[in-house]
Amino acid sequence: MPPSDAVALDNPVDRRPELILRSPTFAAITDAVAEPLEKPTPIGWWFFFLPAVGLLGLLGVAVSWLFWEGIGIWGLNVPVGWAWDITNFVFWVGIGHAGTLISAILFLLRQRWRTSINRAAEAMTIFAVMCALLFPGIHVGRVWVAYWMFPLPNQMGTWPNFRSPLLWDVFAVSVYGTVSALFWYVGLIPDLATMRDRSKTTVRRLVYGLFALGWRGSNRHWQHYESAYLLLAAMSTPLVLSVHSIVSMDFAVSQLPGWHTTIFPPYFVAGAIFSGFAMVITLMVICRTAFKLEHIITLRHFDYMAKVILLTGSMVGYAYGMEFFTAWYSGNPYEMFTFTNRALGPYAWAYWTMVSCNVFFPQVFWFRKARTSIPILFVMSILVNIGMWFERFVIIVTSLHRGFLPSSWGYFTPTIWDVSCLLGSFGLFFTMFCLFVRFVPMVATAEVKTVLPQADPHHVPKGAHAGFGAGQAEA
Amino acid sequence: MPSLPMVANLPKGPHYGALAEFATPHELYVACEKVRDAGYTRWDAHTPFPVHGLDRAMGMRRSPMPFIVLGMALIGAAGGFALQYWVHSIEYPLTISGKPTFAWPAYVPITFELGILFGALGAVFGMFGLNQLPMHWHPLFNSSPFEKVTDDRFFISIESWDPKFDAERTRQFLQGLGSRRVELVASE
Repeated sequence: MPPSDAVALDNPVDRRPELILRSPTFAAITDAVAEPLEKPTPIGWWFFFLPAVGLLGLLGVAVSWLFWEGIGIWGLNVPVGWAWDITNFVFWVGIGHAGTLISAILFLLRQRWRTSINRAAEAMTIFAVMCALLFPGIHVGRVWVAYWMFPLPNQMGTWPNFRSPLLWDVFAVSVYGTVSALFWYVGLIPDLATMRDRSKTTVRRLVYGLFALGWRGSNRHWQHYESAYLLLAAMSTPLVLSVHSIVSMDFAVSQLPGWHTTIFPPYFVAGAIFSGFAMVITLMVICRTAFKLEHIITLRHFDYMAKVILLTGSMVGYAYGMEFFTAWYSGNPYEMFTFTNRALGPYAWAYWTMVSCNVFFPQVFWFRKARTSIPILFVMSILVNIGMWFERFVIIVTSLHRGFLPSSWGYFTPTIWDVSCLLGSFGLFFTMFCLFVRFVPMVATAEVKTVLPQADPHHVPKGAHAGFGAGQAEA
Repeated sequence: MPSLPMVANLPKGPHYGALAEFATPHELYVACEKVRDAGYTRWDAHTPFPVHGLDRAMGMRRSPMPFIVLGMALIGAAGGFALQYWVHSIEYPLTISGKPTFAWPAYVPITFELGILFGALGAVFGMFGLNQLPMHWHPLFNSSPFEKVTDDRFFISIESWDPKFDAERTRQFLQGLGSRRVELVASE
C-alpha cells in the first residue's frame, strides 16, 4: 500500500518513513525525471522563459548604458557610495548558500532527504553566484580595468592589496563559484549518462554523451567518484561558511558605525542560509507542480526546509536584537545614533519591512499546518526574500547615509537604472534556471535511487523478509 | 588494484569479455562475492547508482583520492601564501593604513580559499585521472542491454585477458550465479 503524504509525515515511530512516496521502481524514478526533458517543450515553460529573457535584455541595456555613461546613472551620491549594487551582490551570494548547505553540509550530516532537491539547489547556487559576480564587476566604474582586482602583472607595475577584505572577497566568491560548478558537474555525470542512454536522436546522444564523458557505471569508478564527492562536500562546507564571513568583513573591517561589529560573520551566514532556503522553496514549489514530481519532492521536504527557515530566521532576529544591545552597551554615541536612526529615522520603513519579513512572519512555521501548506510556503518564501534583500539594503544604506558629519548627511533614492539592474539580475537568474530545467535532469536520479529501500544490497524483496518494503521488487 | 587499460591499449581478441545481467542490487552483491572468491581479478560491476558495500564484495582496496586532494590543497594553500608574501614583502612593498608589509593574519583568508580551490580541482581531475575519463567509447557500449546500466539494471563484466577467463566456462559460471542473461561482448 503506497503511503500517502499524511501517513509519511505522521508515522516516524514504528519505522523510518520512506523519503520517496508511492514506492517507485528504479526505472520509474528515471522516467519521472527524464521524461519531461524528452517531451516537446510545454507551453507553460515559455510563460516563464520569455519574461525572463525580456528581463535579461533589460539587464543588457542597463549594463551597456552603465558602461557608456558611468555609475552616475545610479542614484549614488556622496554619503551613499554603495547602495543597490552591493545590496544585490550580497543578496545573490546569500541565495547561493542554501544550495551548498543542501549539497555539502546535509550530505556530511547524512540527511538523505537532500537527494530530492540537491541538484536544483546546486543549480540555483551557480546561477545566483553568476548574478552576484556581476555586481562587483560592474560597480567599479572603469570595467575595462576590472582585471586589476586580480594578481596579474599590469601596465602600472602595481599589485592588489591582499590585506584588504575587498580582495579577499574577490577570491572567496570566485573560488566559491568555481567549486560549486565543479561539485554540480561531478554530481551530474551519472545522470547525463542516463540521458545519453535513453536518447532517441543522434543530437541528444552526442550532446549528452559528450558531457557524460563515457560514464559506464563501473563500480571501480563509483569508488573514486564517491570519494571525490565526499571530499568536495567536506571542502565546500568550510568554504561556504568562509565566503559569507568574508563578504561580511567587507563591512565589519571598516570603521563605520553599523558595519564595524564582530557579530557580522555568523549573522551573515545565518541570513544567507535563511534567504537561500526561501529561494529553494520558491523554485521547488513551481518545479514539482510543473514537472509532476510531488512524490519525489514531498511535503516532508518542505516541512524540513521550513524548519531550517524558522531556525535561521530566529538567529537573524537574535542578531537584530543583539546589534541594538551592543550599540547601547558600547556607550558610543555614534553607534547608538546609527541604530536609533535605523529603526526610527528616514529609512524606518525599510527597517520594519525587514524585521516583519524576516522575524515576525516566519513565526508561522511553528505550526506544522503552515510548514506543509504549499500556498503558505510559497508566499512566505517570497516574503523572506524581500526581507533579506531589505536587510542588506538597511545595513548598507542606513549606515552610510548619516555618518559622523551631519553636514554631509544625505538620502539615497534609486533611479530607473538601479531598478533595471536588480530586475535584470532576476532575468539572468530565471533564464538560466529555465534552461536548466529544460535540458538537465533536475533531480539527482542516481542519488534518489540510493534512498529507495530496494537499493540496499541486503534487501530481499520476495518471501523471507515480508513486511518492511515488501512488494517493492522489480519485475 | 587492477585498473582498466586505455581503450587504445586493450589486448586484441575477438571478445572484450563476458557481461552478465542482474535484476537487483542483492543479486549483484551476492554474485560479486562469488566472482571475487572464484579468483577473477580483471572484472568489474556496473550499477546505476553506487551500491553500498559493493567495494568490499568485490575485494577492492581503498581509493587514494584523499591523498591526492590533501596534496593539492596543501600546494594551493602554500602557493597562495607565497603569492601574498612575495607581492607585499618583495615585489611591491607598500604601506597601506599603517599595516605591516608582512601582515600574515591578513593572508589567512586567501591562503584558505586557494587551498580549497586546488583541493577541489584535485578531487575532480584526480577522479577523472583514476577513472580514465573521459573515455567516450568503450567496448561495453557494443552491448545493447548495457544501455540500461544507467537506469535499473546491474551488470558484472569479466574481461577476456583475466588469467582465469575462458569464454565458455566463464559464461557458465556467470549463469550459475543467477544472471538472467550472459553475453560475450565484441571488442571492436
